[in-house]
Amino acid sequence: MMDILMRFSGQLLAGAGLTLQLTAIAALLACALALPLAIARCSERGLLRWPIRLFVSFFRGTPLLAQLFLVYYGSGQFRAELSQLGLWWFFRDPYYCALLTFVLNSTAYQVEILRGGLRAVPYGQIEAGVAMGLSRFNQYRTIILPNAYRIAFPALGNEIILLLKGSAVVSVITLFDVMGQTRRIFSQTFDLSVYLWAALLYLLMTSAFVWLWHRLELGLTRHQRARQAPSTATSLASKRVSAGVSP
Amino acid sequence: MDWLTYLSFGDAGWGDELLQGLGVTLALALATLPVGLLLGLLVAALALFGARPARALALAFSTTLRGLPELLTLFIIYHGVGMGLNALLRWYNPAAGYLELSPFIAGVLALGLVFAAYSSEVWRGAWQALDGGQREAGQAMGLRRLTIFRVIELPQLLRLALPGLGNLWINLLKDTALVSVIALSDLMRMANIAVGTTKKPFLFFLVVCLAYWGVCLLCECLLGRMERRANRGYRSGGAAA
Repeated sequence: MMDILMRFSGQLLAGAGLTLQLTAIAALLACALALPLAIARCSERGLLRWPIRLFVSFFRGTPLLAQLFLVYYGSGQFRAELSQLGLWWFFRDPYYCALLTFVLNSTAYQVEILRGGLRAVPYGQIEAGVAMGLSRFNQYRTIILPNAYRIAFPALGNEIILLLKGSAVVSVITLFDVMGQTRRIFSQTFDLSVYLWAALLYLLMTSAFVWLWHRLELGLTRHQRARQAPSTATSLASKRVSAGVSP
Repeated sequence: MDWLTYLSFGDAGWGDELLQGLGVTLALALATLPVGLLLGLLVAALALFGARPARALALAFSTTLRGLPELLTLFIIYHGVGMGLNALLRWYNPAAGYLELSPFIAGVLALGLVFAAYSSEVWRGAWQALDGGQREAGQAMGLRRLTIFRVIELPQLLRLALPGLGNLWINLLKDTALVSVIALSDLMRMANIAVGTTKKPFLFFLVVCLAYWGVCLLCECLLGRMERRANRGYRSGGAAA
């Protein structure tokens, strides 16, 4: 059990590096893409709303593995065209394909989460901004977005955890993340304990993230707690539940 | 050959193979559902009413399985249970040959455990959202404990848990694709095989995606109806209707 860890800890940690890297880059890019899409999704114009709805529905309604195969293997069908466009280097590389798939997938989920956040902003606050003569841009900057992100924050954390766990599918397209390294080590040693070490590694990553996200959430909501100082204990407990991993 | 020929039924096309794969996918999801639901209910009951160690165990179970990638859980079950079973068999009869755990059963076990971990949280939340006054009303009417559970608590539990369970069902449907990695002949794997011979990956994986999408949309529609039916008699600001 321990000797497996001693022998392969370097590989497992390298795998964890790739897992974290893929998750972080995809989550950040998706976050940047999701904001304009979510705002457009909430707009009155149907012309903008429909394509986004379709995009979100497709990526939420199909397995990540199938999406990954569609991008990575599917692009092979258009190799000639992609080479002509000078894009083949991108689609040939499993790393970029995985990244692209994760960005699209996570964007779809984040749009839906942000939409909920945007819709939950109390209307009175927006009206107050209008009454103060704020421009549309400043309404978003100072009132709508801070509120929306605060409301959406726990759900966004859950989505990033789902992405971290989902990233294990890249092992199927020959990338060596934690899962990929684990499968390689298992095929060499047939020692089950490597799976348990991998499980521990994933649990460490997810619980570290839950802890971090919870700290950030406390920071974002500090103004809401200051007023009800005596009942901090109970509000903390309820926050902890909301920051859990449940979908 | 154009794409319609590729997808046609019979010897030339892959339509019937894909449909067969879809059948396996749906069978896997349907077989997993009762396992996950009942195990989840059991874990939730332990977490709510169990003795202290049982409670800790239930919590550890759901936290661990919700923190692991489904693919990893699947591999642990597939190889772990397989090896354990063989060790047991060897101990019982040293001359026994190697027994291969069927990918379908491994899939049901692994996805059932994951579903149980998530659904235990849903059940627990639903139980905690029940209005205690209703139980007291039942007691005041002199109903027995079991009757209170059957006619008052259970229907409301189902109503409160339905949206969460519906989401989990959709997730389960999508997670079945992972079982193709351990060589279950589901929709995903059939497409892989078809791609191997036809060299038309985009076409087949697009069809696979569309099939999953269609099933998910259909389920969402059905779940919406079930929720409306479960919420009949409740008036609320549009959320329930």
